[in-house]
Amino acid sequence: MRLLLVTVAALAFAGPAAAACPTLADLEGEVMCPQCKTTLDQSDAPVAREIKGFIQQRAEACVPEGQIKDELVAQFGPAVLAAPPREGLHWLAWLLPIVGLLAGAAVVSALVWRWSRARPAPAPAAGSNGRPLLDPELERRLDRELSRFDG
Amino acid sequence: MSGRLKLAAQGLSVALVAGLFALLVWKVATQDEGAARKLGRGEVVSAPNFRLDRLDAPGKISLAEYRGRPVVVNFWGSWCDPCKEEVPVLESTWQRYKDQGLVVLGVDFHDLKGAARRFARENEITYPIAYDGPGDTLSDYGVTAAPETFFVARNGKLVCERIQAGLHLDRNRGRFEDCVQELLGA
Repeated sequence: MRLLLVTVAALAFAGPAAAACPTLADLEGEVMCPQCKTTLDQSDAPVAREIKGFIQQRAEACVPEGQIKDELVAQFGPAVLAAPPREGLHWLAWLLPIVGLLAGAAVVSALVWRWSRARPAPAPAAGSNGRPLLDPELERRLDRELSRFDG
Repeated sequence: MSGRLKLAAQGLSVALVAGLFALLVWKVATQDEGAARKLGRGEVVSAPNFRLDRLDAPGKISLAEYRGRPVVVNFWGSWCDPCKEEVPVLESTWQRYKDQGLVVLGVDFHDLKGAARRFARENEITYPIAYDGPGDTLSDYGVTAAPETFFVARNGKLVCERIQAGLHLDRNRGRFEDCVQELLGA
């Protein structure tokens, strides 16, 4: 019973700590290879392997993800991050696509609303039999054409 | 009213496309093609200055501080095998000609500082090294890969064509020595 309690307690404490440690897999999609301009997970270039090794080493030391990124930025500059940081002017890169999307949606909505409100075309007048009347000119022409078959 | 709105929307769209096109033209027109290409066309080109962290010692290092001395600028990275193989050529040149004022200046780029320092220690590099992790100097010089070597005369102009690939290679050794002699004589 005591063993069980100790095991449960150990798991309870070890669980969150282990979860807090980043892995290479967590970061290699978020860090760029400066030579090949792709993310690390898509590159096997020597410099990419070198950076992966660095991340692996720092992850094993349980250095937080943000700090590993900061260390990489300090050496390679902000372009080493696949996504721009959420600060200062970099916010524009995050916000502009959303603003564009919303503006596009607003334009499309406005057009759809206008088209749906467009007045329907007046229905042609109906004859005594309830069917729509033909244009008089068209009716005359139709009569002429049909009279050719009467003879 | 709807006609006016339509016209305004069309005008706005045309203005937007024209603006983007103008931006593209401006970008292409003002894009720096790099010193190497101008040098290749036979133009007289000043070596782009840089001021970078020093890898082998604390503080900064800039090309301008060597004005008046001939400088061999070698771009390298610890991840590059030919860079390792050419180190003896650069080191022996530095040892042989430094008393005549020649400077060999390494520029380590796209590299981890720790890996670069280890590379310099293992390969017993004694000439000064600048650290350009983000690779900011590459476009100024037109560097496309590592290693690449440029030659800066005493007056700050680039001479000789850059040498791409390792200096230890047979096809580059003679050219390298000729360029060093040209630098010393200039």
